[in-house]
Order: sequence, then structure tokens, then C-alpha cells
Amino acid sequence: MPSALKHTLFIALPVLVIFAALPGVYQNHLLLFNFVIFLILAQGVNIIYGFTGYLPFGYVGFFGAGAYGFAVLVMHLHAPAIPAVLAAGLVGVVLGLLLTPLLRLSGAYFAIANLAASLAVLHLIANPALEQITRGPYGVSLSATFNPTYAYAAALVVLALTLGSVVFLKNSRSGLALQAVREDAVSASMAGVNVVRMRVIAWLASALVAGLAGGVYAWYVSVFYPDNVFSGEFSIFAIVFALFGGVASITGPIVGVVILYGIYNLIGFTTPQYFQLIYGLLIIGLVLFLPAGLVSLATRRGWHVP
Amino acid sequence: MSPERAPILSVSKLVKRFGGFYALDGLSFHVSSGEILGLVGPNGSGKTTAINVISGLYAPDGGEVVLEGASIGGVASHKLVHRGINRTFQVPKPFLSLTVRQNVEVALAYGGAASAPAMADLLEEYRLAEVANRPAADLNNAQQKMLDLVRALTTRPRLLLLDELAAGLNPAELDWIAGRIKALAQSGMAIIVVEHLMGFIEHITDRVIVLNAGKEIFEGKLAVAVKVPQVIEVFLGGEHAA
Repeated sequence: MPSALKHTLFIALPVLVIFAALPGVYQNHLLLFNFVIFLILAQGVNIIYGFTGYLPFGYVGFFGAGAYGFAVLVMHLHAPAIPAVLAAGLVGVVLGLLLTPLLRLSGAYFAIANLAASLAVLHLIANPALEQITRGPYGVSLSATFNPTYAYAAALVVLALTLGSVVFLKNSRSGLALQAVREDAVSASMAGVNVVRMRVIAWLASALVAGLAGGVYAWYVSVFYPDNVFSGEFSIFAIVFALFGGVASITGPIVGVVILYGIYNLIGFTTPQYFQLIYGLLIIGLVLFLPAGLVSLATRRGWHVP
Repeated sequence: MSPERAPILSVSKLVKRFGGFYALDGLSFHVSSGEILGLVGPNGSGKTTAINVISGLYAPDGGEVVLEGASIGGVASHKLVHRGINRTFQVPKPFLSLTVRQNVEVALAYGGAASAPAMADLLEEYRLAEVANRPAADLNNAQQKMLDLVRALTTRPRLLLLDELAAGLNPAELDWIAGRIKALAQSGMAIIVVEHLMGFIEHITDRVIVLNAGKEIFEGKLAVAVKVPQVIEVFLGGEHAA
């Protein structure tokens, strides 16, 4: 069996089936929805960070822009939800295109510039002068499209698309070329790889994923403020989850989300002080002993982890 | 090797500045198919800069680089790879977390060679077959250099630039790699070798260019170069000059 099919059947499909079935047996649908959103965002971080090495500290910028893209279409054009979600993805891609010059930077410089860019988008959207278009800081209410059941299904579709992209990257020559670019851009160009083009493709793919996730999120929650959908927590969580599990793999970000977001929801609200402590210790332990993520426990033993 | 053969690469009046420093200051030379040309000179004389400009890592600030009749100054590296130039690096630069095989697969998939050489044969030939499934990070320096070379050869270059490939190899390895380089040239490849090991250079090159401060100060056989006062001076310092 080709490994792409194996990864689809034994990793992507089970995740989708489990999250499609869970709402039938578990009542906290918002929690399940948030899990799906973080699975998407962590894989989106995986696409750009795991395969090219750019750490997107302002990743939430695409998410928030997508959410507002959805809102603007629904509010002003009375668009149905599905075209509005697609438009949200497009907004993510357009923002990604505008930010491609950031790819000239590397390391911490890129991370900081990306963070600044996401704050700039937040303050543009939240500007009271744009109240006619975005409702500025006063938030939006999208009762016309409110339908959590369909929005949840749409989130699963976006997750399927995202997992499909990561399976493709893991199994294709494009994914190999991206990893080569991450390892050494100069050598990659001497292997014939168009480094700039590969970076831009990965960047736009991860922007698309976050834009779609933002659109679906707006659809689901239907009432939100700029600070909600541009919360730095989305970027930080998505990055930490992806790194905790291990990037440049399909399973790593999934494992990271399930464990860390699971802990967050088990004790994050009831006993936040213990949660902070456990979270802090886990992350310190990871950085010190498993910088390549949980999956490296297996890869170090020579086991292949897709 | 015959002087009347049209050169595959000619470089004329090449200038490369870094700030106010002229790394290349009007360098001109040419190399033909099947020829092994040595670039020698003291540290900082511009050898590696010349290779970096020819392989597209730097755009020249002046002068011309002509490959098979077409000007290629400032053309992106990956396009030059597709047009038949490849190189190795002084400090080898494999994709460390990828396996040896994956390292070569990248060049197979993207190198643009119409008929790429068989990977298994190349890995065997350059003594990497046994480590083919190991991450490149596990390789020793000499093996990483060979992987760099295999990555380059996978794209079937007609002009190959070797930047200190021999440095750090033991005498047996040196003899062996010298044989491999000569065989590549005999197959029609033009090869430019940057090297500090004079014995090695003398053994494999047909002709050398001696560089100093980004300029050519001698062209010809190395055996002749070492008797030229100006060459002795730049290598040993003024007081030793004849």
C-alpha cells in the first residue's frame, strides 16, 4: 500500500471519524469544536514551521482576518455561510500574499515581524473609523448564518483538507523539497529547488488553512469581538501544540493537541494554578529533553513515525 | 583540453564588492569541457567568491559570466543548476535531518536532468551505499563531502565547481577522489577546483589560475607558477620574493 494511502486511512480518517462521531455521545459541542479548530491550526503551523522552518508568531492574523472576512460577507452581502467560509480562506491567502516580503527575514526576526503584522491587522479591523464595515471594536453578531451543527461539519471538512495537505507534503517530492529548504536553502537551490517559490507556496497554504478555520469559527460562534479572534492565544497554542507533538510529521500536531488541549480543558478552568504549573513543567521538559517533540521518543528508537 | 575548443564558461572582468572591499576585481578566465582548472591563491584572494558568483549565490557587481554563449550573471542558482552548473561547498551542506537517500532524491526530483544517473550506482561509487538510509547528520565530514558531490552529480552538470573537496581527506581518500575527478573530466565535464593542497592540485589540474586580491596574477601549469616571483611573493610574503 502506498504510504500516502496508509497515512490517510490510518491517521487522517480515524481522527475525522472520531470527531464526526463524538458530538453524538458527548454534550460539550463547543469543546469538540475548539479541538477541531486547534487541530487545524496546529497542522497549519506544521505546514509552515515544520516544513520550512518559519515560526509564525502572528499566525492568528490569518485566523482573525478569515473570521472578519466571513463576517463582512455575511453582514454586507448577505452571503450564505459556505461561500463566506471560502471567502475567509481567500482573505487568508490575500493577507499571506501581502506578507510574503516577511519571508526575506529569518529566525526570530521573521517571528517578531509576523507578530507585528497580525497586531497591525487587528488594529486595522478594530479601528472605530471602520465601524461601517467591520463594526470596529464593537464586535459582530451574525445571527443570519447561526448554525453550529453545520459549522461543526464545515470545520471537519477544513480539517480533512488540512490533514490531506499534510499527508501530501509528507509523501510528495514537494514536501521533501520543502524540508530540504528548511534544512539548507542554499543546498536546496543547488539541488534545483526554486527556494522562493516553495516557501511562498507553503506560506500561502498555511494562510489558507488559518483563513478557512477563522471563517468556520466565525460561523460557529456568530458573536465575537476583534480581541477574541485575534487573541494571541490562538498563535501560541497552535505553535506549542504542534511543537509538543513534533512538527514535520502528520501525527505530532494531533498528539500535541489531544494531550495539551485535553489537559487545558480538564484542569485549566477548574484549577488554573495547577494547570499553569503542569503546563509550564511540560513545556520546560519538552524544550530540555525532547526539542523535536513527543514523536521523537519513537524516532530516536529508530521507529518510523509518519 | 585543446585550446581551440570553445570554452563552456568564460568569465570576463568580473567584479564583486562587499561594501568597499573588492573580493573580485576584474577577474577573467575560461574553462572548456573535459578540462580541470585549478583556482589557487592565499586566503581571501577571491576563489570561493568566484565560485559563488558563477553558481548564482551572488550577483556580480560588474563584468560578465557566459555559459555556452549565454550571459548568466545574476541568474538564480536553481536555474543555473537546470542549465548545467553545479558545485560542492567548502563546508559540506547536506540536508542533515533527511536520509542520504532523501538528500539525493531532492536533486533527482528537482535537478532537471533529462536522464539522471542511477542513485544506487552513485551511492556505491562514492562509498555511501551502506549509510543510504541514515540521516545525513550521522555522516562524518568526508562522507558529507561525498554526499554533497553526489547531490551535485545527480543533476548531471556540464560544469562542476569543487570548493575544497579534498581538504580533510586522508592520503588514500585523496588518491581515490583524484581518480574520480579525472574520470569525470574524461567523460566531458568541465571542472573548476578550488584547493589549498598543492600536491593534489598539481596532480589533477591541466591549468591553474593564481588569484591575489580578486585579480589573476598567473595562468598556466602549477609547476611553472611556483617559480614565478610574483606568485611566490603572494604565497610567502614580500621578504621571500626572489
